[in-house]
Amino acid sequence: MELLRKIMKDKFAKSAFIVLCFLYLVILFADFIAPYSNYYANREMAYAPPSRVYTIDENGHFSRPYTYNYIRKFEPALMQTVFEEDRSQKYYIKPFARGEKYKFLGLIPTSRHLFGVNNGGEIHLLGTDINGRDVFSRLLFGGRISMTVGFLSLLIVFPIGLLYGGLSGYFGGIVDTLMMRFAEATMAIPSFYLLIILAAILPSGMTSVQRFSLIIVILALIGWAGFARVVRGMVLSIKKEEFVLAEKTLGASNLRIILKHILPQTTSYVIIAMTLSVPSYILAESGLSFLGLGIQQPDASWGNMLKEAQEFTNILYRPWLLTPGVLIFLAVLSFNLLGDFIRDYLDPKGRTRG
Amino acid sequence: MEFAKYIFKRILQTIPLLIIVSLISFFIIRLSPVDPLAELRLNPSISQETLNKEIKRLNLDKPIYIQYFSWAKSFVKGDLGYTSAGEKVSVKLKERIPNTLLLTLVVIFMTWAVGVPLGILSAIKKETAFDRMLTILASIGMAIPSFFFAILMLMFAVKTGWFPVGGLTSYDFNDLGFGAKIIDIAKHLCLPALVLFTISLSGLQRQMRANMLEVLDSDYVKFARAKGLSEWKVVFKHALRNAVNPMITLLGFEFAGLLSGAALTEYVFQYPGLGRLILEAVMKSDINLVMASLMMGTIMLILGNLIADILLMITDPRLRRGGE
Repeated sequence: MELLRKIMKDKFAKSAFIVLCFLYLVILFADFIAPYSNYYANREMAYAPPSRVYTIDENGHFSRPYTYNYIRKFEPALMQTVFEEDRSQKYYIKPFARGEKYKFLGLIPTSRHLFGVNNGGEIHLLGTDINGRDVFSRLLFGGRISMTVGFLSLLIVFPIGLLYGGLSGYFGGIVDTLMMRFAEATMAIPSFYLLIILAAILPSGMTSVQRFSLIIVILALIGWAGFARVVRGMVLSIKKEEFVLAEKTLGASNLRIILKHILPQTTSYVIIAMTLSVPSYILAESGLSFLGLGIQQPDASWGNMLKEAQEFTNILYRPWLLTPGVLIFLAVLSFNLLGDFIRDYLDPKGRTRG
Repeated sequence: MEFAKYIFKRILQTIPLLIIVSLISFFIIRLSPVDPLAELRLNPSISQETLNKEIKRLNLDKPIYIQYFSWAKSFVKGDLGYTSAGEKVSVKLKERIPNTLLLTLVVIFMTWAVGVPLGILSAIKKETAFDRMLTILASIGMAIPSFFFAILMLMFAVKTGWFPVGGLTSYDFNDLGFGAKIIDIAKHLCLPALVLFTISLSGLQRQMRANMLEVLDSDYVKFARAKGLSEWKVVFKHALRNAVNPMITLLGFEFAGLLSGAALTEYVFQYPGLGRLILEAVMKSDINLVMASLMMGTIMLILGNLIADILLMITDPRLRRGGE
C-alpha cells in the first residue's frame, strides 16, 4: 500500500484520511455509541439545549462526570419557553450503561451503550430537536445515510458510465454521435432541477429502505453522463493503440476487447473520479433532504436535520441544530483533500483533469 | 464570414439537443401517476372553459406521443398554459427569470473580478505562504454546502439586522425613488450573491491558477523571459491571454452550476427566482409550471454555453482561422 504510506506523509491528506476513518467507524458503531435510538423521542423535551456535563461538583471537588435534567418552564415575561437545570438530582454518566435494546452490528442483541445515565436521567450532548429527539444520536444515524449514499450511487454510475462511454468511444461514427447527443442532453438539464423533479415523482408511502434505494438511483441518473463522456474520450485514444489491433487480429469479440482490454486502462481515472465525485453526491443528497424531497422523517439524514435549522427562531436560539451542517462540511472537505491527493499521486501529469 | 457560419452552425446544433431534452423531461414527468390538471380541477376559481382549453391544448385524452407533440407545438408557440393557481405560466416565468439572471450575472461578474486576479497571483507566488493560504481557503469554500452557508448568512443577517431578509424588494418598494429602489434591490441581493460567490469563487481561482501555471511553464514564456522582458510584461502580455481562454469554456459550466446552486440559495433566502419557482411547482405537483421552468432552465443553460463558445471564438484566433 504505497498510496497509503504516501497519504500518511502528507499533512492534509493524512488529517483528511483520519477524519474519514473516524467518521466511518463512528457510523458503523452508531447503535453502540449513541445513547438513544434513531426514533427515541421525548415530546416533553422539545428543543432542550445541550446537557452540560460537570466534572467539578458544587463543593469544588473533582467528581465523576455528571449532568442535570432540564425542566421546561414557560416564562410569561419573555413569552418564551426556557429550560432550567434541575439541581436536586445528579445523574452520573456511566460507561457501558444499559439503554434501549439493539443489535450490535446488526447481529448481537444487547442493550449496552457506550455511555448513558441512570433511569430518569437524560443526556443530550447536542440538545434535542422539535420532537425531543436526541440530536447527537440522530447525527450518528443520519451519517449512515449521508456518508454511504455517495458510494452506493457510484456503484451504479460506474458500470453504466464505463459501458456507455466504452461502447460509444469504441464504435465511433453514428453510434458515437447518437449516444453522445443523448448524454449531452441529460447534462444540459440543470442537474438540481432534474434532481428535485425525479425525487418529487417518487410515490409517497414507500418504506424508508425503498426510498433510500430510489434516492441512490436518482443521484446516479444525474451523474452518469459526465462520467461516460470522459470515459469515451479516453477510449477514443486507447483504441488506437497497438495492443487493441493485436486483439482484433487474434479475433477477439468487440465486447471482449472493450471489457478486458480497453476499460482496465482507465482504472486510475476511475479511482480518481470516484474520490472526487463522492462529495458531490453527499451534497446532492443533503440538499435534496434539506428540501424535504430526499430522506423522510422519522429517518435521519444530515440534510433533513438541517431543514429545521433554517427557521428564524431556531437560527437565533438553537444553534445546536446546525451541527449536521458542520459534519457535511467536514466530510466533503476531507473527501476533496483526499481526492486531490490521490489524483496528484496517480496522475501526476494531469491527464484526467478537466 | 467564417465566424458567422460557425455561430449559425452552433445554433443549429442546439435544436436537436433541445428536442432530446424536452423528450426526456416530458416522459420523466409523465412517469408520475399525477393527473396534470388535478390541481386545476380542484381550484374553484378556474372555469370549465379554461379546463377544456387545457385538455384540448395538451390532448390529454389521446395517446402519450400525441400529447408530447401537442405540448411541444404549444411550447414553441409560446403558449405554456396555466399554473394550478390559475395564473398564466408565461407571466410567472417572465417575472422570475430576470431575477435569477440578475443574481447569476452579478455572481459571475464578482467571481471573475476576484477569482481571476487571485488565481494569477497565487500562480506567480506559487508555493509561498500566500498561495498556501489561498489553497486552504479554496478547499473550505468548495466544501461548504450552499444551503448551510446560506443559513449561516441568514443567522448573521438576523443577528446584526444589517441586511434585509427574504425577497428581492422591501414592502414599501413601490414608494421609493429610483435611486432608493436600486439600493433596496442591491441590499436584498447582497447575501444570496455572497453565498453563491463564495462557493463558485474557489473553483474558478483554482482553475485560473492551474491554467496560469501551465502557461508559465510553456516554451514561449521561457523565450519571452530569455528575451529579457520584464516579469510584468511576460505575465500580463504573453501568459495571461492564453491562460484565460480555457476559463471562458468554464463560464458555461459555471452558469450551469450557478443555476443549480441558486435553487437552494433562493429557497433559503426566499428569493423570487426560477429555482424557487420550480421547487414550489414540484412541491405542488404543478405539471405545467414544472415542465415550462425546466425547459427555460435548460434553454438558459444552453444559451450560456453558446455565449461562452462565441466569446472563445473572439478571444482565440486559432479557432477563428480553423473554423473548428
